[in-house]
Amino acid sequence: MPAEVNRSKCMICGGCVSVCPVQALELRENVLYVDTKKCIDCGNCEKVCPAGAIKVVKK
Amino acid sequence: MTYAPEWDVIIVGGGPAGNKAAQEFAKKKMSVLVIDRKAQIGPPKRCGEGLSTRWIKLGGQEPHPRWALQEITSTMLIAPNGKKIKIDTSKTGQTGYIIERSQWEKMEAGRAIRLGAKYMLKALVTGVIKDGGRVTGVKVSREGNEEEYRCKLLIACDGVDSMVGRYAGLHTAMPLTECDSGYQYEMANVPIDDPKCMELYFGKDVAPRGYVWVFPKGKDVANVGIGIAGTDGETAKSYLDRWLEKHGDRFSKASVTEINAGVIPITKPVDEFVGDGIMLVGDSARMVNPIHGGGMGAALEAAAIAAKVGARAVKAGDTSKKALKPYHDKWNKVRGEEFARILRVRHFVEKLDDEQFNLFVDLVEQKKLDPRLFVELGHGRGLVDIAKILVKASPAAAKFAMSFIK
Repeated sequence: MPAEVNRSKCMICGGCVSVCPVQALELRENVLYVDTKKCIDCGNCEKVCPAGAIKVVKK
Repeated sequence: MTYAPEWDVIIVGGGPAGNKAAQEFAKKKMSVLVIDRKAQIGPPKRCGEGLSTRWIKLGGQEPHPRWALQEITSTMLIAPNGKKIKIDTSKTGQTGYIIERSQWEKMEAGRAIRLGAKYMLKALVTGVIKDGGRVTGVKVSREGNEEEYRCKLLIACDGVDSMVGRYAGLHTAMPLTECDSGYQYEMANVPIDDPKCMELYFGKDVAPRGYVWVFPKGKDVANVGIGIAGTDGETAKSYLDRWLEKHGDRFSKASVTEINAGVIPITKPVDEFVGDGIMLVGDSARMVNPIHGGGMGAALEAAAIAAKVGARAVKAGDTSKKALKPYHDKWNKVRGEEFARILRVRHFVEKLDDEQFNLFVDLVEQKKLDPRLFVELGHGRGLVDIAKILVKASPAAAKFAMSFIK
């Protein structure tokens, strides 16, 4: 299952974007977008997020 | 607001690197457009707001009361066992300030604008335009419209989550092992013994591979934050919350006025930070001091070098990678090589366990180790000197010391 953002925890810091190997994450001004078709479930975003706001549910 | 379709220089990102680059290019009479995705220059900050005086004074600036909130003249290191070492860095001229970035960044943007730069806000760069392999412009999504702007030179100052560097093929995602995860609370009514002293707390359970910081922004206001290994199983927030609970007595009457988060590159800079028609400056190039995670100073210094080389290239009508390479070479010479040395020190320090860290502090207490050597470590020097002291100190320490000199 692709990465899912918990918007009440997300700090819009862009850390997840910086470690995503496939550019599946995009930070626009105030919202983090996940391109679920590109996501490969690597879990980098989940590990690095300082606030625990993004999770990958592994198949 | 409408903007001209063509510019000498387009800068993506109006942060420390972008504002400085804009000033320097504008001073050289280039037409400059700064594009930022946010609706304001400045917040939210992804930063502890500590900036050395030497970087403030770069280009002849003075600390300004609107943003240079607290001068810092000493550092306190707190070991895992709770023992403290206070190092007065002012004696060697190493002071700094905890700044209010939101004020500083707007003032710097104002300076760039008075020098002639134009700023476009709430505009997202969605791609670069290339002409025969050379970057010649950017695609921008603004107010629901897709627009294009051309330039002779593109400067990517778009931060840690830089996409422009990726669009231009200059770098890829940051490895998880090469970054730290950070969280911070700005708090008021914090008891601070010495506001001119910044506090750094270490320990495996405090901050794995990092530290907790208390950066005074005044007599009772502070940035209280943490940086931990990006690969750690728990969040930076959970470590910080736990640390605050443990220090509950101190923070019982304090409370939060701002929450920040961010990821910090703790790695060597990207291999290629120039391409045909493009230069990367600051966090987008991962120009961060690997031992303390500070990037503002490196960004300011690199922006000045980039502008000097870039302006020359634009004037000569040649912004090829070859013409821009002197930026890469100069930066590596004045800073890159030092950061590489510091990275080696960092890799060593990361391997220290709490017992070994505590040993350092004991040696300082016994006056067998000069705490100023820690400052030297911050510049990538002094490993051998420290090793020699350890060897003399004890057999147990000697074995550990030999690992320094590998």
